Amino acid sequence: MRTALFVTCLNDTLFPRTGQAAVELLRRLGVEVEFPAAQSCCGQMHYNTGYRAETAKLARHFVEVFGDYDRIIVPSASCGGMPAEAYAIAAESVGDDGLLRDVRRIAPRVHELTSFLTDTLGVEEVGAYFPHRVTYHPTCHSLRASALGDRPYRLLRAVRGIDFVELPAQEECCGFGGTFSVKNGAVSGAMNGDKARHVRETGAHVLAAVDNSCLMNIGGRLAKDGHPVRTMHLVEILARTEKDGPLDGVPVTEGERVR
Amino acid sequence: MSKVFLDWPAFPTAAERATKDEQLRANVRRATHTIRAKRGALAAERPDWQDLRDSAAAVKDEVLRHLDTYLEQLETKVREAGGVVHWAQDAEEANRIVTGLVQETGETEIVKVKSMLTEEIGLDAALEQAGISARETDLAAAIVQLGDDLPSHVVVPALHRNRTEIRDIFRREMGRHGRPAPDDLGDDPEELAEAARLHMRDKFLRAKVAVSGANFMIAETGTLVIVESEGNGRMCLTLPETLISVVGIEKVLPTWRDLEIFLQLLARNATGERMAPYTSSWTGTTDGDGPRTFHLVLVDNGRTRALADPVGRQALRCIRCGACMNICPVYERTGGHAYGSVYPGPIGAILNPLLKGPDDTQTASLPYASTLCGACNEVCPVCIRFTDVLLKLRSDVAEGDAEVKHPAEKAALKAVAGVMRHNPLWNAAVKSAGRAGAVLPTDMNLPGPLHGWTDSRTIPEIPAQSFRTWWKRTEGGTR
Repeated sequence: MRTALFVTCLNDTLFPRTGQAAVELLRRLGVEVEFPAAQSCCGQMHYNTGYRAETAKLARHFVEVFGDYDRIIVPSASCGGMPAEAYAIAAESVGDDGLLRDVRRIAPRVHELTSFLTDTLGVEEVGAYFPHRVTYHPTCHSLRASALGDRPYRLLRAVRGIDFVELPAQEECCGFGGTFSVKNGAVSGAMNGDKARHVRETGAHVLAAVDNSCLMNIGGRLAKDGHPVRTMHLVEILARTEKDGPLDGVPVTEGERVR
Repeated sequence: MSKVFLDWPAFPTAAERATKDEQLRANVRRATHTIRAKRGALAAERPDWQDLRDSAAAVKDEVLRHLDTYLEQLETKVREAGGVVHWAQDAEEANRIVTGLVQETGETEIVKVKSMLTEEIGLDAALEQAGISARETDLAAAIVQLGDDLPSHVVVPALHRNRTEIRDIFRREMGRHGRPAPDDLGDDPEELAEAARLHMRDKFLRAKVAVSGANFMIAETGTLVIVESEGNGRMCLTLPETLISVVGIEKVLPTWRDLEIFLQLLARNATGERMAPYTSSWTGTTDGDGPRTFHLVLVDNGRTRALADPVGRQALRCIRCGACMNICPVYERTGGHAYGSVYPGPIGAILNPLLKGPDDTQTASLPYASTLCGACNEVCPVCIRFTDVLLKLRSDVAEGDAEVKHPAEKAALKAVAGVMRHNPLWNAAVKSAGRAGAVLPTDMNLPGPLHGWTDSRTIPEIPAQSFRTWWKRTEGGTR
């Protein structure tokens, strides 16, 4: 069985540690991934802005790069949702029946990382150690489109040393929305301001999610306002073990300080 | 002069202005959160909630598939019951018909039941031009009218006002249009309601003509149905001699059995009540009981245009409960006026482009007035997939028939996609991003349209080493 990592263009460029953590964690759980170097972008930004013909070209590229793999793992709910949710519509809009057939074949093999862990590998306790106060923002795509449900929470609660606190009004959008954050910067900023305030209310030192795009949004606001909350993809927490110890520069939870 | 949404700025501009109005933000936030919580509790009370939603969507789809048949059946039944049926293709024709019907009666002051369609077609302004004063009798609609304001919500048109603002409007304006408010009027809700009751009672007792909309029309008997909270609608429907109902063609239901589904959904989803306090129905005219003359004006005004869109047509299932705007995080920050239409929020973002065509910059900006978070999908009583329709309409704007195009954006995204499919170029692009990261400060202000990001956020640090570089250097972390 061949397993590929689709790291996503955003993670590749801006959040390489997420990809590295995914490789490490999966290796620890007995899954070796390959990284097809020709991969680039899922086309989500194009699709969500209305450019279906360009999306179809990137869908074709995705099929060419990943067509030979049995499993394609994606550390992003929104990018990971593209093959199942958008590619068929994009293929239909350009009238490409061949592409339509190909994307229907590949879509079921694409797994968002969290559900791959809980559903395919059947694990919750992944041997992680993270002695910090953490809160979790369920991104809209992971909450509503991918319907991850309590999977991320089960994984987080099983982490040793963690002090997990629920985020108030967590189901509310952070205001990112891809090009919305630029086209409607004022509204996006107002939504994000409320989200950042809720994060601060938890007293958490780390904010986790399964989409770095949303974390980049919330983290950008927290940083602009001068609040030192770290944003981390969930997999970066799950990849850390006792050997790594606590994160540098982040307060350690009380029980763990004594150890 | 009655206000209408005319020459409105595109959503980003209007919305930016709204986000800076702290009082507006507080009013909208308080109101939406209150209704949201009530709706949530009452929807959760029904174990068959999802079945009701599915059934409602199925009935509406059946109607939309055979709209011509049901409308002709309705027309026949209304005529048999003593009503007169008129057909209007657009707003102008509908306004002309209604104005003519009122003029025939010789009346110059009439009463109105709250109706979104008459707001949509700008009926009040058209009547005013003909020297006819149409007074709103729904409390919230009257607040909007007295304040020379525009509606900001389909169920609660004055949602953007708090009670102190309402007291000021009553004190200032009521006397100019009839019975004045007491000089010492306070902002207690009961006091405000009493002032409105006395002001309106005069009008009900004098009015010879009423104009209404309808929530539902039942084809099998030619019956119209209005659901409301205050009973003012029922006064309008029963006291005047002439009743003119102006209704969108998508409001028809096949049978009374179908109505049952919607009456269970509507009040719970709209106002968080188990049942609406007043549900009025009437069929044509009845001797010695209610209006002696009944006119039904059936209005298209873009509905067949929407029907022709295979994805967008589901928007015509809408029963105007307003739940999508109450749950919407964008609407919560902007209020309704930013959408430049009597239909704001998620339904406005899809319905306006479908009815009018996204051919002007304001209408074409509406499908982008959403983060695609999908909260509206979850609360819609007729299962409208807002996000699907928004995406479809965006593609109409970006690369379809819509006359508004964004050539610079298209060129940029096309160029990016080209690079992404070309491996050596993409590798080089990722690498150069890392080099740029070494010199770019994270707190810089980005130029051009990208300032929308840096106004309230830092830009992320670009790591010197991309994932692909790491993978190559360490052979996937094994070295």
